[in-house]
Amino acid sequence: MTLGGFMLRRLASIIPTLIFVSIIVFSLQQLIPGDPAIAMAGDELNDEAVQEIRVKYGFDQPFYVQYFKWIGNVVVGDFGASYRNKMEVLDLILTKLPVTLQLAVFSMIVALIIGIPTGIIAATHKDSFIGTAANLFALTGVSIPHFWLGIMLILLFSVNLGLLPSSGYVPPWEDLRQNLLSLIMPSIVLGTGVAGVITRHTRGAMLQVLSSDYVRTARAKGVAERIVVSKHALRNALIPVITLSTIEFGQLLSGAILTEQIFSIPGFGKLIVDAVFFREYAVVQGVVMVTATLFILLNFVADILYFVVNPRMRSANG
Amino acid sequence: MADAVVTSPLAPATSRIRNRTIRRFLTHRPAVVGLCILVFVALVAIFAPIVAPYDPIKSDFSAIRQGPSALHWMGTDELGRDLLSRLIYGARTSLMAGVLPVSLALIISIPLGLLSGYVGGFLDTVLMRITDALLAIPFLVLAIALTAVLGPGLYNAMLAIGVAAIPVFLRLSRGSALAVSKEDYIEAARAGGNSSLRIAFKHVLPNMIPPLFVQATLTVATAIIVEASLSFLGLGQRPPAPSWGSMLNESQRFLTTMPLMSLWPGLAIFMVVMSINIVGDGIRDAMDPRHKS
Repeated sequence: MTLGGFMLRRLASIIPTLIFVSIIVFSLQQLIPGDPAIAMAGDELNDEAVQEIRVKYGFDQPFYVQYFKWIGNVVVGDFGASYRNKMEVLDLILTKLPVTLQLAVFSMIVALIIGIPTGIIAATHKDSFIGTAANLFALTGVSIPHFWLGIMLILLFSVNLGLLPSSGYVPPWEDLRQNLLSLIMPSIVLGTGVAGVITRHTRGAMLQVLSSDYVRTARAKGVAERIVVSKHALRNALIPVITLSTIEFGQLLSGAILTEQIFSIPGFGKLIVDAVFFREYAVVQGVVMVTATLFILLNFVADILYFVVNPRMRSANG
Repeated sequence: MADAVVTSPLAPATSRIRNRTIRRFLTHRPAVVGLCILVFVALVAIFAPIVAPYDPIKSDFSAIRQGPSALHWMGTDELGRDLLSRLIYGARTSLMAGVLPVSLALIISIPLGLLSGYVGGFLDTVLMRITDALLAIPFLVLAIALTAVLGPGLYNAMLAIGVAAIPVFLRLSRGSALAVSKEDYIEAARAGGNSSLRIAFKHVLPNMIPPLFVQATLTVATAIIVEASLSFLGLGQRPPAPSWGSMLNESQRFLTTMPLMSLWPGLAIFMVVMSINIVGDGIRDAMDPRHKS
């Protein structure tokens, strides 16, 4: 199968998933107890005003009519408005998303820098103390509550040592140094969790490759162990790790919710939490829809990457 | 009669496999330690009224923000409440928030997964499309969105976590049902003239449970963290009732003056979640030695 054919087939499966996501996201609002028109009427609570709102926003229409109207707007980027921020939801998302993306990219860098070497050590020193320590590190990474780790880091590096800012965010174009400083702790907090996952996968993939025939042949030919690990094994073991990292990047977007809350970073995660507190359902719907779409696209990219780097898949699908 | 032919050789084999799995699990030392920790925490949570030295909600204004002492082993909070007692009662919330949502998710997804995998057809297509869509929404985001709809509170948070966990188990139980239904003994049961319904519930169902067990264990760990996260955000357990997440939320305001307030609940979550993950790894290795971690 060609790359184009594979991409088309995957794209075709994305569309129904997105349609179902949109139905779920829209249904969420319908589950809210009470009449939305009464809630929107606020102080002007008389039958006439409520009826007017009901007609204006189409609450008197059947579910499917309301859904088609809503999805029609969503397709052209109209998620409604946030009354608290006095902004269109899409504009609000577009302002917050780059902040979260920067945090997610930095966190992924931290995760890869820690996760891959630790995974290699865990596999190459399988039966020694170092290997056990690497495994324990991975397990700690996936088990530690990250918002708590954030609090502990603030306590150590901001309160006690005074080395790093405890909260806040400065855009890079305003002050690059301050921007980097403010993201060190959040990236470590968010990155260590993913590092744990990457360590476990790198270890698993390395162990599998290290026991394969071609590695055994290379060893039998007298190739130095260092070369066997770095040149023969690692290159192949990294294929599933790279695709996994793409999917984990999507998880970082949701993981950022708590990290942003702790470090007062005005990103995507903080937006959804604030929206829940202020009952701004249009914002909640917008954020969930955009997160799910990004997540689906990242999975798509992961599949394409896997297809490109793994020649066996081409023949398997062909 | 036909049924007896199919089931009788299976029963001892199943119990043999189970015994072997338990024996293998018991040789996995870290997993046994993890299990002991979990049993200890569960016992403390169950007997909280007997074990806890103080009432976890009652304020004592003569003992505000004290460090550890003989009277208060872990110190007190801003209202003079004993931190150890709050931690002990908080264990109830956390364990409940781990086990109940996962049970709810299992109760709903196992029959649906069985239907989807064993019966197939249009129902399978629709259910799997919905599952794909739900899986595209990250767990915490879905739980937060559902809590937004249901309103804050511990039980709503648990319901939200349970609903958010359904697609994971639905996908897994469907796959499991599909794999089991292709096994020779199911073919034999079919040839023996058993009805589809009987085969599904008597033969497919019991055999699709083991793989779900490992996932259920690991999801309990996720659920505990998500509940703590929701309570930390103020969407879960409401004050003054204690939960490890809400204790961390309260501690944030006293980070500089009373750092111990944030240390204990975090350590407790970490210890329990780590133990569950180790036990989960142990169960997986015991059930499938090829997968040894």
